[in-house]
Amino acid sequence: MSIDKNAGNNQPAAENNNGLPNEDRRTFLKKTSAVVALALTPPTVLKAASMDEKIAAAFEQVKITLNINGNRHKLAVEPRVTLLDLLREDLKLTGTKKGCDYGQCGACTVHVNGQRVLACLSLAVMQDGKKITTIEGLAAGEKLHPMQEAFIKHDGLQCGYCTPGQIMSAVACVREGQANSEGQIREYMSGNICRCGAYPNIVNAILEVKNGGQKV
Amino acid sequence: MNQFQYVQPTKQKAAIEALVKNANAQFIAGGTNLLDLMKHGIVAPEKLVDINKLPLKKISHENSSLRIGALALNSEVADNKLVLAKQPLLAQALNAGASGQLRNMATMGGNILQRTRCPYFYDIALPCNKREPGSGCSALAGFNRMHAIFGYSDKCIAVHPSDMSVALAALDVTVVVAGPQGERQILFTDLHRLPGDQPEKDTTLTRGELILDIIIPDTPFAQQVHYLKVRDRASYAFALVSVAAALATQNNIITAARLAMGGVAHKPWRLSETEKSLVGKPVSEKTFQEAAEIAMRGAQAFTHNAYKLKLAPNILVEALKTAAGIA
Ligand SMILES: Cc1cc2nc3c(=O)[nH]c(=O)nc-3n(C[C@H](O)[C@H](O)[C@H](O)COP(=O)(O)OP(=O)(O)OC[C@H]3O[C@@H](n4cnc5c(N)ncnc54)[C@H](O)[C@@H]3O)c2cc1C
Ligand code: FES
Ligand code: FES
Repeated sequence: MSIDKNAGNNQPAAENNNGLPNEDRRTFLKKTSAVVALALTPPTVLKAASMDEKIAAAFEQVKITLNINGNRHKLAVEPRVTLLDLLREDLKLTGTKKGCDYGQCGACTVHVNGQRVLACLSLAVMQDGKKITTIEGLAAGEKLHPMQEAFIKHDGLQCGYCTPGQIMSAVACVREGQANSEGQIREYMSGNICRCGAYPNIVNAILEVKNGGQKV
Repeated sequence: MNQFQYVQPTKQKAAIEALVKNANAQFIAGGTNLLDLMKHGIVAPEKLVDINKLPLKKISHENSSLRIGALALNSEVADNKLVLAKQPLLAQALNAGASGQLRNMATMGGNILQRTRCPYFYDIALPCNKREPGSGCSALAGFNRMHAIFGYSDKCIAVHPSDMSVALAALDVTVVVAGPQGERQILFTDLHRLPGDQPEKDTTLTRGELILDIIIPDTPFAQQVHYLKVRDRASYAFALVSVAAALATQNNIITAARLAMGGVAHKPWRLSETEKSLVGKPVSEKTFQEAAEIAMRGAQAFTHNAYKLKLAPNILVEALKTAAGIA
């Protein structure tokens, strides 16, 4: 697309854009959608309008760089895209699951700069420059992470839907030093819901990793 | 989620101006409450002003007070050595809230300003004066098990959901804010409001005001403390009722007390009368039972939350006993 790159530059820190000021751009966008909404518009006008829509879409994209599982990704995202949707829909990293999409189940747990967070309540634009680890990035090549091994050994899953989130959370829980007893594990893993009720086995898997003393 | 613009100012002034200039702009910090509300269609800001580039993360102890930046994460604060040493009640209340993941995202400012979890506020198909002023309160004659027993109005009976704020209400905290007119300090207990005729207003902050810091003074009642929260499951649920209790004692006589309740009102419910009644009394179960009676004066329940009239005084007594070391 031949757009002047500076015209709608929407860099994160851009309070003073060098192109259209934000408010003007907003009005422009609104007008554009109004044009598209006209039902009886002749085809030529429609074509022009949908071209405008494309330009508008480009205006709204924000450029970010993420390091995901060791790979650098240069991306342009709409501000409203969550980290979860970016991972699953755009990058096809579908290991991270969408359970509730409202922060209530933990299925979408990933590590951002080493800390466990919920990808469904994170905007992708707000992660610019950060290091993301998903379940796909946990194993060292063919060698499973000790937590993955332990979940298999202890049957820490039934349907498996919550499992990527459980494992990402479990690894963080051990790193945080909050996995010293069954009670503590249950408390600090309470953000990960398992509909199948695999909790006792999940706790055993985590205890084994913790007591095994391996680096996780 | 609706479309919105996104900016990430690096200067406090620019952040505040962005809100003053656009009536539909909103700050975003951790995003754990705001994005949830946006996904539910309860709010639809045109512009999000990401404040995470502002230098508001510092935790320090100076001039006999603990000062915590508005962007310090809930998990950072709960694990911080200064906080654990100076204000263990705050750490307890933080750890009683949300989950490990959410505490890694949630900030101090966002936690204080999180909105109610009233199911009718969340159900955009039903009337709610807080969401849509003038539409009515569905909870009054609806399912009101989670709702207020103190300080409500016929316009709104929702409760404030924050655990941390209950501890802050008990600890004589001051909040430092900056707005278009400059900086000011607000007593924490004056920050949140009762619903009255304007339940859409949660706080006394004015347009564009940004929370910078919270200041917790060193006090004699900072060490004999307890935060007790009762909820529907053992963890990862909002409070039905909670109590923050702080005591100072000398030779088994109470010399100072601070008490606040959560899950019972539109704001963290400070119990000043009860605190005064405790001073000079011996540490005993009887003293705490009498205090609970005073605390519950004026409480009135609705169809489904009468259980709070029993639960709240029991939790108060338990929290005081634990704080005093006689549980
Ligand atoms: C499933 C779930 C369970 C939860 N359970 C609990 C619980 O048990 N107990 C509990 O207490 N909480 C609980 N929470 C709520 C959680 O604590 C809040 O969502 C969180 O603290 C909000 O902080 P934030 O930084 O993410 O705020 P944001 O979502 O970023 O912001 C919230 C509001 O504050 C405003 N804001 C943020 N920072 C500032 C500032 N510095 N100055 C001015 N305005 C500001 C924003 O504009 C917005 O209106 C839960 C949340 C979820 C999703
Ligand atoms: S999908 Fe994120 S917590 Fe459920
Ligand atoms: S294994 Fe099925 S939800 Fe946990």
